[in-house]
Amino acid sequence: MTGTTALPSAQGAELDFESWVCPVPLRETPTVVMGHGGGGAMSAELVEHLFLPAYGSAAASELGDSAVLTVGAGARLAFSTDSFVVKPMFFPGGSTGDLAVNGTVNDLAMSGAVPLYLSCAFILQEGTALSDLGRIAQDMGAAARAAGVRLVTGDTKVVDSGSGDGVYVNTSGIGVIPDGVDIGPRRARPGDAVLISGDIGVHGVAVMSCREGLQFGTTVESDTAPLHGLVGAMIATGADVHVLRDPTRGGVAASLNEIATASGVGVELIERELPVPDTVRDACSLLGLDPLQVANEGKLIAIVPADDAERVLAAMTGHPLGRGARRIGTCVPEHPGMVVARTGLGGSRVVGLPVGEQLPRIC
Amino acid sequence: MKYLDEFSDPQLAERLLDQIHAATTRPMAMMEVCGGQTHSIIRHGIDQLLPDQIELIHGPGCPVCVTPLEIIDRALAIAARPGVIFCSFGDMLRVPGSGQDLFSVKSAGGDVRVVYSPLDALKLARENPDKEVVFFGIGFETTAPANAMTVHQARRLGVRNFSLLVSHVLVPPAIAAIMESPTCRVQAFLAAGHVCSVMGTAQYPALAERYRVPIVITGFEPLDILEGVRRTVLQLEEGRHEVENAYPRAVRAEGNLPAMDMLRDVFEVTDRTWRGIGMIPLSGWRLAEKYSEFDAERRFDVAAICTAESSLCRSGEVLQGLIKPHACGAFGKECTPRNPLGATMVSTEGACAAYYAYRRLELVDAK
Repeated sequence: MTGTTALPSAQGAELDFESWVCPVPLRETPTVVMGHGGGGAMSAELVEHLFLPAYGSAAASELGDSAVLTVGAGARLAFSTDSFVVKPMFFPGGSTGDLAVNGTVNDLAMSGAVPLYLSCAFILQEGTALSDLGRIAQDMGAAARAAGVRLVTGDTKVVDSGSGDGVYVNTSGIGVIPDGVDIGPRRARPGDAVLISGDIGVHGVAVMSCREGLQFGTTVESDTAPLHGLVGAMIATGADVHVLRDPTRGGVAASLNEIATASGVGVELIERELPVPDTVRDACSLLGLDPLQVANEGKLIAIVPADDAERVLAAMTGHPLGRGARRIGTCVPEHPGMVVARTGLGGSRVVGLPVGEQLPRIC
Repeated sequence: MKYLDEFSDPQLAERLLDQIHAATTRPMAMMEVCGGQTHSIIRHGIDQLLPDQIELIHGPGCPVCVTPLEIIDRALAIAARPGVIFCSFGDMLRVPGSGQDLFSVKSAGGDVRVVYSPLDALKLARENPDKEVVFFGIGFETTAPANAMTVHQARRLGVRNFSLLVSHVLVPPAIAAIMESPTCRVQAFLAAGHVCSVMGTAQYPALAERYRVPIVITGFEPLDILEGVRRTVLQLEEGRHEVENAYPRAVRAEGNLPAMDMLRDVFEVTDRTWRGIGMIPLSGWRLAEKYSEFDAERRFDVAAICTAESSLCRSGEVLQGLIKPHACGAFGKECTPRNPLGATMVSTEGACAAYYAYRRLELVDAK
């Protein structure tokens, strides 16, 4: 067997091209699959084809990460909700509790709002250790104090063992958008600069590193953090910030694709400018993943007019959560709705929206 | 990992590209065998930087793509059974069988788990003695040693609730089959470096001689690929057809001897059907008779599951290098990574998926 140099005969190896066939296509799945929650194309399709038609006229035209609501005489509120089902519940640098506060705070901050109040609802699996729940609650309290938000209402439900997986948390939040601030996914324009606030892919690798069988030799800590202070510093420059996104599920790739689609612009990334730390790059190389598609929990993408880019970057690098900020690309009139990366060697590639779950490659 | 920077250096790449451009005087078609190389070529835009005369043909070297439909259907049947924990590498979960994939089975309540090593599956078997744990052992010679070691360990430890669903395929018979094809346009091969790191180079001189093709053993980082291309160009330009090792930091001529001993012990050569291509004689491995107790096909009695495929996509021609992915009428329309018609669109290493992910811009521009 191994080591043999015997070759198939010409007769035996003749291939029948005529009979080469492929599988029957997969239809839309009749059940929910993991990819529907991956933050990529399948998640978007679920909203577009199932939720929005079902809600009909009761729904806003789009269901984004946060909504801007005008109340009374013109005060604008940002409203957001998010659920947290991360596994494991505790990971290097954070927990479900940190994420539950910072995630919703950041969704509010991405519309330029100052976050004020959060609700927190728990769905607990019967049998979950109260010590674990206590740790998560402690983390939520600490994160809320650090972010300057109040936890003002909540709910608790318990499902039988086997019907859940530990602790699920939902937080909804309200914040106030200052006058003159107009930040939204449709505002990107050709010529705008694309900025990132620091290293990408860190949270996703931190969570993966504590899953069974994966050790990367060094501890990677999640970057979970509340970003509204950084956003405030950017807005305070007086720059006309067009778009902000925190690239969580689906990573930078998903966020930029969504911005490109919503604004009808192309995005051109310079791959060598992407801040990918060695630990993330190595883990992604090992697993066959793209750092652009790996989740972040303490980073933001900003789209600003090119003339404002330098002062916004200066404000970002002057803030503790933006020290690694840099420009990574430009919005362009070409290829609207698509994100294209110029590779380190001078070629180009399309940066697609992830389909569903990120799947490690076999080899 | 320390090599990642060194082997992506733009200045060194430019130097290699200059040498390739200077050496290339006529059209030539070379095939990169391995899907990992295809992915790297497209991801880094390497093919765009080569002389127009050089055509890179993407070979059938994605193990996910070529795993035959009936094996996928057997996997689905096993994974759907109560009391089974079905373990697989991640990218097999989205490969469509005839109407379903492993994600669908998981969604319907099947216990399907992504693992990163077959040894993780063995650990699960020891932790769950009341369950049957099955590992989906697919891949080329690269992944086979770990699977062989796991079966060997299972026997040594007396783990009786572990089995392997095996669909291993071998590179040299595929190269021979490609060269025997009457429509073959391949003039040279960039051989798969990781396969050779296990198997060594002994199998290749006879192929190079018999088919008069250069075979350059090539790695996966950008500079590895460019060096492989450079050496291949020089051979074609000089009329040579030799086996060269352009990946010496990972490949020794004798290969990995302990791994090969393990493979000899656990597996035996068998005919194997390649998805989209057909049956290639003596091109795969199955568990040797003495390890048949660990054969999931026997244990779950699924060997009789045979499936006919529809004739909607042209992945077979893609896998043979006869057409580029976007020459298929279904590419990007009926067939996308979200709804793949063929396995070449399923795996991130598949040529169609790589083109869809990284090359749609050209296709848009061309319209």
